[in-house]
Amino acid sequence: MSAPVAELASREVISKYETVIGLEVHVQLATASKIFCSCPTSFGAPPDTNVCPVCLGLPGALPVLSREAVEMAMRAAMALNCTIRRVSRFARKNYFYPDLPKGYQISQYDEPIAEHGWLDISMDGTHKRIGITRVHMEDDAGKSIHEGFRDSDRYSYVDLNRCGTPLIEIVTEPDMRSSDEAYAFLTELKQTMQFIEVSACDMEKGQLRCDANVSVRLKGAEKLGTKAEVKNLNSFRFLKMALDYEIARQVAVIEAGGRIVQETRLYDVASGETIGMRSKESAHDYRYFPEPDLVPLRISEAWQERVRAAMPELPAKKRERFMTDYKLSEYDANWLTADRVVSEFFEATARISGDPKEAANWVMGDLAAVLKAQGKEIADSPVSAQSLGELLAVKGKGEISGKLAKEIFAKMAATGDPPAAIIEREGLKQISDTGALEKIVDDVIAANPKQLEQYRGGKITVLAFFVGQVMRASRGQANPAAVNELLRRKLG
Amino acid sequence: MDIAALTIDQIREGLHARRFSSAELTTAALKFARNENAQTNAYLTFSEERALATARRVDERLARGEDPGPLAGVPVAVKDVIVTKGVRTTCGSKLLANYVPPYDATAVERLEAAGGVIIGKTNCDEFAMGSSNENSAFGPVRNPHALDRVPGGSSGGSAAAVAQGTAVVALGSDTGGSIRQPASFCGVVGLTPTYGRVSRYGLTAFASSLDHIGPFGRSVRDAALVLSVIAGRDPLDSTSAEAPVPDYLRHLDGEIKGLKLGLPREYLKDLTSETGDLIARAVEKLKRLGCEVRDITLPATDYAIACYYVIATAEASSNLARYDGVRYTSRSASSESLSDMYRNTRGEGFGAECKRRIMLGTYVLSAGYYDAYYLKAQKVRALIARDFTNAFAEVDAIVAPVSPFPAFKIGEKIDDPMAMYLSDIYTITGDLAGIPCMSVPCGKTAQGLPVGMQILAKHFDEARMFRLADAFERAGGAQN
Repeated sequence: MSAPVAELASREVISKYETVIGLEVHVQLATASKIFCSCPTSFGAPPDTNVCPVCLGLPGALPVLSREAVEMAMRAAMALNCTIRRVSRFARKNYFYPDLPKGYQISQYDEPIAEHGWLDISMDGTHKRIGITRVHMEDDAGKSIHEGFRDSDRYSYVDLNRCGTPLIEIVTEPDMRSSDEAYAFLTELKQTMQFIEVSACDMEKGQLRCDANVSVRLKGAEKLGTKAEVKNLNSFRFLKMALDYEIARQVAVIEAGGRIVQETRLYDVASGETIGMRSKESAHDYRYFPEPDLVPLRISEAWQERVRAAMPELPAKKRERFMTDYKLSEYDANWLTADRVVSEFFEATARISGDPKEAANWVMGDLAAVLKAQGKEIADSPVSAQSLGELLAVKGKGEISGKLAKEIFAKMAATGDPPAAIIEREGLKQISDTGALEKIVDDVIAANPKQLEQYRGGKITVLAFFVGQVMRASRGQANPAAVNELLRRKLG
Repeated sequence: MDIAALTIDQIREGLHARRFSSAELTTAALKFARNENAQTNAYLTFSEERALATARRVDERLARGEDPGPLAGVPVAVKDVIVTKGVRTTCGSKLLANYVPPYDATAVERLEAAGGVIIGKTNCDEFAMGSSNENSAFGPVRNPHALDRVPGGSSGGSAAAVAQGTAVVALGSDTGGSIRQPASFCGVVGLTPTYGRVSRYGLTAFASSLDHIGPFGRSVRDAALVLSVIAGRDPLDSTSAEAPVPDYLRHLDGEIKGLKLGLPREYLKDLTSETGDLIARAVEKLKRLGCEVRDITLPATDYAIACYYVIATAEASSNLARYDGVRYTSRSASSESLSDMYRNTRGEGFGAECKRRIMLGTYVLSAGYYDAYYLKAQKVRALIARDFTNAFAEVDAIVAPVSPFPAFKIGEKIDDPMAMYLSDIYTITGDLAGIPCMSVPCGKTAQGLPVGMQILAKHFDEARMFRLADAFERAGGAQN
């Protein structure tokens, strides 16, 4: 699918240009009910069942703004370092479409809930601040279904369940300079929204949708190039591929002496190309005006403070803390904070085990491998943070060897049992008790007179043989350090 | 029993004395209304089943010795832009000729909870756009006082129903005068409460920032009682007010001596001579009752019509977008594409006046015109509201004509929208300012056409407005 890019312009030609990207990201808020009525927002219900006169836009129905939706939008705005307006207003965005039952979307226009923020991204150790122009609230439309029905050649179907689902639209400044930066931004944004529980950001369910404004200009040029808006970037992979295609396309147009037309282009997943929409389709006059059915939204300092106080720790902050408090590397800290559930699993494991570094290694290594093998998310992990922490604590005390710990962990992953139960049941506790060990050592020495002679004759490497024999006789449960010491003494 | 002259008090008394049951009264009222309707076309739908069910509930409560509510057994007509669960609600439009809403408007719910019996839905201008009821897709309503004349609009059916006596009270809606003007033309009391006083939930929107639900009655007392039932905060309408609802009936004590009234000179310029005389006589009567009447000025009045037709049409163009043929709206039979379906459905479905206003509203909101029209109109609206604030610093209430002229002939103005729009010249200001205002009968012309006097009061000062109207009415205000 990257073939079209190469055909358009070579890497050298593209490198003469600077890319300028701004994103418009829609995030579905994880509220229990819709933004202007009390219908549930649950995904996957039978068509047209989560609906009422308000979200169906029936004659006479009126919207009432959900407090929960406002507070989630506030939380998102705070996480994006925005200023929240004391007074914001809703506006109607008018257009006709069958999945828009009111004939207008209730959005915010010139007085959005929040503006002037930023989000930092980091790529290969370098940090960059991306400006957030604004965050505004709006209701979602229904879903048009053009395929999959017996008569889809003649009819389209509409499912109105999604109507009125609360969204925020996050608009960035044109601060990104490559598809990689756009990718990094969207990744950081998704992570942030997940951390503060504003959205699950599941792109497949449409909870995170992204459009991009893209332009190119010769490096060093002051004036921005004409931008195209690229829509339908509904996965991280598509985002990068579509942007790379669009950048190459624009460069190719300019290199060929042409001019970029300001237009909306749709990313076509099948061909990997962006395709211009007919200007008729994209030239909308939305006729915005203040929504007369809603009073202005007033947000007091006190309300802001209450929301701020309940705000969970943000990923960037957590990453920093993991590095300073737990002495983790940047790589480990990034890995462990990529997902809020993982970060909390790690912290619990670290606390119980008393060894953060070891906890990090196990969560990122053995546990991750088990989850991958079982096809599970960490939330459904067969080994709880408590169990893993206990296992590492026992190991830390030297009661079991590293090898034994791995064996026990495998059994924990298979059965879900805590480590103590497995150790007890299988009699796997390490033998450090000198009395019991002494007997095994004495027996091994007595059974191997030849090797004893060699050792005493100066061949010290034979010690390893004795250690191996003792370990085998103890079925691996002997404490290797104790065995060594005992053997040296007895063979001496 | 003479249904046409019944008052709410008489019905209460009759029910409690067991002279008639609510079911009997309802059956009689429905029969009467059906008969009269052949003459006036005031009703579009009779809700017999629902009315009888309500009446039986009232009778059961009475039999159990329970309070059946302040409107128990009262036959009520409801304008067909107010939605009623299970009862067809057409909004006077072909597009909704078969639309049966799945829910009740808050005002309807409250009426019924108070024992009111909704006997039918009344004719009106399509989506409440008009001043004569001639814009109904189901034919015009005839004025009970002169069948060749209009009842006014857009709530013409509700005004006519109360005037002919088929309903004791009725609900209408007012965006630019749609309650007061037909009340004036039909010789009944009609009132537009403060914006936010009555929930708009279930009122099909024409211009949301101007739309009001309000009652009609044959007396100030009946209208005030209905308002006390339907008024008050509704969690389903964000623009409904928290302000407590006073007991309006307690204020109907005739105490108006010393009340300071303003007579705005801008409202007296274009009256027909008969209307002018009747208003002058009404003012004299108020003075005799002890009111102090002084001339006032509301200078922004001249811009009111222009301002109104920008804001109202802008909001209407958006509110009427939902009638697109996709869901409940009747869909045009032949369409090759989606845009065809929209065009044909709306082109065939909307009447001329709705189309005119949708186009006007779409234009004033368009990119490049928004500031010049919509934004400027909002500024003018603020000036109009300020005029009233200034006036109410000096006077307790304002009295004025409702309409420059009495009921005109059917067909007389239908081809001249500007002449028609002038019917509302004295009523749209109250809607733009969001203040309570009402029409109370103040006599008839030589031809027997009723004329109404308008009373306007401060925000949420309905009680004072009622006190004045009631005193005027009791002093024989409706008699020449």
